[in-house]
This record gives sequence, C-alpha cells and structure tokens, in this order.
Amino acid sequence: MLEVKDLEVRYGAIRAVRGVSMKAEAGQLVALLGANGAGKSSTLMCVAGALRAAAGSIRLMGEDVTSARPEAMVRKGVATVTETRDVFPDLTVSENLLLGSYVHRHDRAGVAADRERMLQLFPRLGERAGQAAGTLSGGEQQMLVIARAMMTRPKLLLLDEPSLGLAPAIVDQIFEMIRVLKSSGLTIVLVEQNVSKALQLADTAYVMRLGRIAAAGTAAEIAATTDLGALYLGG
Amino acid sequence: MTFALQFLIDVLSLGGAYALMALGLVIVYGILRLVNFAYGELIMVTGYALFLAGGTGLPWLVMAAMAILVAVATGILTEYVAFRPVRAKSVTAVLITSFAFSTLLQNAALLFISPRPRNVPLPPIFSQTVEIAGVVTPMRNLLTIAAAAILLAVFAFLMRRTVLGVAMRAAASNFTMARMLGVPANLVITSAFAISGLLAGVVGILWIGRIGTVVPGIGMEPLLVAFIATVIGGMRSLSGAVLGGFLLAFIDTTLNYTLAQDLLKFRDAFTFGLVILILLWRPQGLLKGPATGQRT
Ligand SMILES: Nc1ncnc2c1ncn2[C@@H]1O[C@H](COP(=O)(O)OP(=O)(O)O)[C@@H](O)[C@H]1O
Ligand SMILES: [Mg+2]
Repeated sequence: MLEVKDLEVRYGAIRAVRGVSMKAEAGQLVALLGANGAGKSSTLMCVAGALRAAAGSIRLMGEDVTSARPEAMVRKGVATVTETRDVFPDLTVSENLLLGSYVHRHDRAGVAADRERMLQLFPRLGERAGQAAGTLSGGEQQMLVIARAMMTRPKLLLLDEPSLGLAPAIVDQIFEMIRVLKSSGLTIVLVEQNVSKALQLADTAYVMRLGRIAAAGTAAEIAATTDLGALYLGG
Repeated sequence: MTFALQFLIDVLSLGGAYALMALGLVIVYGILRLVNFAYGELIMVTGYALFLAGGTGLPWLVMAAMAILVAVATGILTEYVAFRPVRAKSVTAVLITSFAFSTLLQNAALLFISPRPRNVPLPPIFSQTVEIAGVVTPMRNLLTIAAAAILLAVFAFLMRRTVLGVAMRAAASNFTMARMLGVPANLVITSAFAISGLLAGVVGILWIGRIGTVVPGIGMEPLLVAFIATVIGGMRSLSGAVLGGFLLAFIDTTLNYTLAQDLLKFRDAFTFGLVILILLWRPQGLLKGPATGQRT
C-alpha cells in the first residue's frame, strides 16, 4: 500500500527527517512511535503531500507520489488527520463534513450515505451539526476530523496523535473508533504518544529517533524489545 | 426627519461602495494573506474599458457588462502574472510583483490612452435626481445602494450555500488543511481573484459614475478606502470588511455634514485620526477572523 524510502524532510537548515524507510501493507495498522521532535509528524505530513520531500521517494500502491500535491494525494486515497486537528473553526460541523466529501461532491447520494454512516459512528456530531466547529470540545473536534477524513473515502488514513490532550475516557473512545476503522479493512498509519495502546492495535511498528528509524518490527517485537519509557524521554 | 433620511441615504450609498471595495480586497487577502496592490487598477481598467466601449454604440448595459468582464479578466490575469509565479517563494516577492503590476497597468493607461481625464459613457439615470419624502437625492446613490444590497446578498449566498463558497471559507481559515481534503489551491485562488475583479468592476462603474471621467490614477482612492475598511473591520473577516466599509462611510459622511467648510479639506486627516483611535482600542479590527491559519 505505502512504501517510503530514504525520505528526508528539511525546514531550512533543520533536517527533521533523515532517511526514513517504512512500509504499510494493505489492511495493516502501522504505529509510528518516538519522542517529541523525532520527526514523526514531518514524515506523515510529507506522505500527505503537505511538505516537500528533500530526498527519497514515496510510493502509493506502486505509484510514485513523491512530489504529488496534497489535493492530489487525497484523490489517490490518502486522508490525513493532523496533530493540530485543524477543524475549520468558523464553519459548522456539517460544513466541515461537507468539505471532507469535496472530492466526491458530484456523487450526492453517496455523500449523503457517507455522512449518515459517520453520524452513526459519531452521534455527537449529529447533535452538533449546526454548531461552529470551534465551539466543540477537544474530543468532539477529534471525532469531527476523523469523520471528515473518512468522508474522503480513504484507502490509507494517516492519524497524527489522535489522543493528544484528551481525557482518558475520550482516549478510550478514540482508540475504539480506530479499532472499528481498522476492522473495516482500512490501512492506517498511527502516530501516538500513548505507546501501549497504539501497540495493542498495531500490526507493525517503527520507532523514530532524531529523524531516523531506530527500531522496526511487529508490534509484539517492539513491545517486547523496546524500552517504552525511554521513548517518552527521547533516550 | 428629512435630514435623517438624507444622512441615511448618503451613508448607505457611500458605505455600499466602500463595502464592495473592501470585500474585493479581503477575499484575496483572506486566502493568500497578501494585499493585492494592483486592486485599484481593476477599477481603473473598468473605467477605460467603459471609455473604449463608448465608441461601439452598443446599449449601455452591454458596455457596462463588458467593462466588468474586463475587470474580472484583469483580476485573473493579476493572479497569473503577479502572484502564481512567486507565490511559493516569498511574501516580499509577491508584494513587489503586485506593486509592479499596478504600476505597469497605470503606465499603460498613461501611454496608450492619456494622462488627462477621459469621459465615460453614462446613461441619463446617473445624472438624474429623485425626491423621496422631501429629500432630493441623485439616482446614482439609490443605484449604488441597490447594487450593493444585491451583490452582498448574492455573495453571502455563494459563500454559505455552494461547495466552492464553503471551500473558499475553509481555505481562508486553513489553506493547507483545505488542500488536504482535496480543495485545489489554484481553483480557490483563481476564484478569489475573479470575484475580486467582479466586485471591483461593479464598484468601478458606480464609482466612476459619480465622477463621469476616468484617469490613470483613479484606483488609488478605492484601494486606500478598501484597505482602511478592512483594517478597521479585521483583515481576516469578510463580514468585518463589509462592516468596516459602512463604518468608514459613516465617519466620512458625518464629517462632511459637521465639519466647517474650511476644515473639509482636512477631512481625511480627521478620518485617519479616528481610524487610529479605533485600532488603538481594537488592534485586530472589529471582527476577528478565523483563529488559525498559515500562509502558503
Ligand atoms: N515548521 C517547522 N519549522 C522548523 N522546524 C520544524 C517545523 N516543524 C517541525 N520542526 C522541527 O522538526 C523536528 C521534527 O518535528 P516533528 O516532525 O514535529 O516531530 P514529532 O512529530 O516526532 O514530534 C523537530 O526538531 C522540530 O523542531
Ligand atoms: Mg508530532
């Protein structure tokens, strides 16, 4: 599904990602772990097309998409949930969802069905349909951006720290959603600080440190061999 | 009573024109975070297009529609010539190219037409007056109010009820996120410039209709008005721009009515003084725009 090779991402002189290679097979959930500043988000945003790759390549289902624009990536089936969530705060919940279906806007019946499915999965969003997205709680905003991403009908979902800053009960709900999405056959790359929860869901995992892959393996291997506490400390 | 009505008509007609000018500037600013300094020239171009169309003998409405179309085309051209090639490079580069394009258009008018004022064809309605409830007012004021009301309503409808409009609002709030949902950057930007050109075209006809002539530098005042109105209203907010336009018109009209004759030539100084006071009170402008966002 996704194959990243020797990827480099730079911000001016800062080399945030320094030769990352990783794979995600269809239907798998791949966890991307590592301390703050390790380069996880930069990797993800580069795959999403929002950052330019300084070197290396990105292949999606065999196609080279290294320099594709973000609006092209979503048409190819890649949906992104950013670390900053990025709801459109002044737009209503409905309008936010509508934008998720931008690519499919001519398929009215299909979009209505997608929307119905998302509201079933996230009933709270239905209750708040007419409300400005900026007035939602953090957990509701997280649900909204996941639902909005799903409206694009992705084959590959990139999730950047979906549990960041949320209350434990909400975190459990979010992970349950991710499990449901995974069981529907969706391929997911999940960046998480909540390492143990992420590894419970993951098939394979990569650990990043200072812009490089420090460890890779099945979720069980990583859970057994990696000092998870050190991940948080960046050690 | 008649005085109040007179005042109201003056504020609404001036404010309608100002609001349209401001909206045309802010629609581009909201998305690119860049002031289009060639905006005033869209109004100039409208004037000269109307002047040139005057020779064709076509019905006036057709000529006016052609002039507005020229403004739309010039707006889109601005984007292709001054913005698109340097958009990704730097803010400074775009500011310079938009200045350069503005100067280029003005000089083209100087060179190929004339530095002197040129008469534009106007239908008699622009010089007629009407009497409503004892107030005698030029028809063109009522035309301006009607045009502004219609355009603002259509604009609000488009931005709220069409997918492209919602996409443009989203892009104004967070361009990268909108693109990650599949909204094409170029479509949104070109649409913004086209709408900007449309608003400039309509306001250009109404504005030039007040004076009756067009000169190469005619765009300067509308650009300044639009800029001040958007600064007052909050640079990032569409409704703020409209509010700012009407507020600026309210200030200008009040000063027109109250300042002694020999102080009137200092009206702009008073206006700017008040604008500074408003900004000291609310540095972000009256309405805050979307909270997040980044430039691309
Ligand atoms: N917009 C940016 N400008 C400059 N440096 C950045 C920017 N974004 C991230 N970085 C730097 O790149 C490195 C990797 O950041 P990031 O990809 O966000 O890591 P992570 O998601 O693993 O916390 C960090 O050193 C960070 O400071
Ligand atoms: Mg991150």
